Amino acid sequence: MSHEHKLAIFRGTLKFKSNTQKIWGVLVFLTIVTTVEVALGITKPEVLTANTFIGMKVLNWIFIILTLVKAYYIAWDFMHLRDEKSSLRRAIVWTPIFLVSYLIFILLFEADYIYNIFKDGYVTWNF
Amino acid sequence: MDSTITTGTEENVWGGGNRPLGASYGKLMMWFFIVSDALTFSGFLASYGFSRFKFIETWPIADQVFTHVPFVHGNFPMYYVAFMTFILIMSSVTMVLAVDAGHRMMKNRVILYMFLTIIGGAIFVGSQAWEWATFIKGDYGALETKGGRILQFVKADSGERAALADFSKTIPGERVGHEKKNGVWYYEETPLPSYSLNEVTEGFMANPNILIQTETITEEGEKTLLTREESLAKIKDAKLVVEGANLIRNEYGSRLFADFFFFITGFHGFHVFSGVMINIIIFFNIILGTYEKRGHYEMVEKVGLYWHFVDLVWVFVFTFFYLV
Repeated sequence: MSHEHKLAIFRGTLKFKSNTQKIWGVLVFLTIVTTVEVALGITKPEVLTANTFIGMKVLNWIFIILTLVKAYYIAWDFMHLRDEKSSLRRAIVWTPIFLVSYLIFILLFEADYIYNIFKDGYVTWNF
Repeated sequence: MDSTITTGTEENVWGGGNRPLGASYGKLMMWFFIVSDALTFSGFLASYGFSRFKFIETWPIADQVFTHVPFVHGNFPMYYVAFMTFILIMSSVTMVLAVDAGHRMMKNRVILYMFLTIIGGAIFVGSQAWEWATFIKGDYGALETKGGRILQFVKADSGERAALADFSKTIPGERVGHEKKNGVWYYEETPLPSYSLNEVTEGFMANPNILIQTETITEEGEKTLLTREESLAKIKDAKLVVEGANLIRNEYGSRLFADFFFFITGFHGFHVFSGVMINIIIFFNIILGTYEKRGHYEMVEKVGLYWHFVDLVWVFVFTFFYLV
């Protein structure tokens, strides 16, 4: 078992003295991100809900991006993928990313198609 | 050929002893499990997305569904889930600290941190149970139409949601639930709602302050509020009183919303529960000194991976059920 840890986060801009310190640092960061998410969710700023980007509200895009950021730090620092060999890291990370992106793509497209069928077709489902 | 079995085999890719991934067998298997479990959860969340996009105009708004905090009355969307998220991240932190202490062979620290992790997990599972109970019990009550759509009630003057109890009439002589003690020929029946359809309709007719809110989401991202005239016309479609949520119907709106809520948070909750159980086993093993004798705390690291994974999944569930 390797005992050495990589102690820098944010691409080396923030360096910690010990592994324990890094863990607390990451906790602070994750807490800030969650707080921002909840604050945005409660206030729902007009600018972010009124504008859309590729068919989804900007606010929702922000939520999804912040979630991926959180997921990155949980996997990299808590599950210490940062300290693993790059071959293990890539095998673990890219397999789901590829499969899940594909799954999301086909399911959401199909769902949107069905939505339009319900909307424009002759089927009454709200009676 | 015998010359191949000599020193320097580490240099040779085919000579054995080569560790391309640099991880032990157990850790690698835990990672394999996590990847496949991640794909399972992704499948669930993607199908949730499918149903949501299919009914994008009528999907319930999470802020209006999860509004409760234990022991406090009032409308507090999301605060409690945010708290649950924080608890789970916190227990993840104590888990990393346990792994870190394990690397440095500090038995007592590992015991302490594992204990805190278990407590965090227990608080989370308890919170989720409470969340389920609140969701099942329901809030205001609603009517269901022939087409399976939900009609909710709003007070016209304040714009607040109106509970069925706020305006329903009590009509004596209405049907009572048939109980086992009252008859030999007993057939099971689901509990009757607190008000019959007739009582709700009569109360609605008599109270001009009550409007109907349909499932359809407007351009502004709010539920459509009907005028009094439209409401009076709409209530004729009602077929059923719905209170709370179950797998068949729910008062919050689309039935699939409740189905996915129960299924995905339930599956996640089951993961947390089994995680807590595994943590407890490891906790006792640490106390007994199993890993001290073994010379390393890799087992703590492996359950740690599982525990962080559970946290990781919750981050996504939180986003897709409560925020987006």
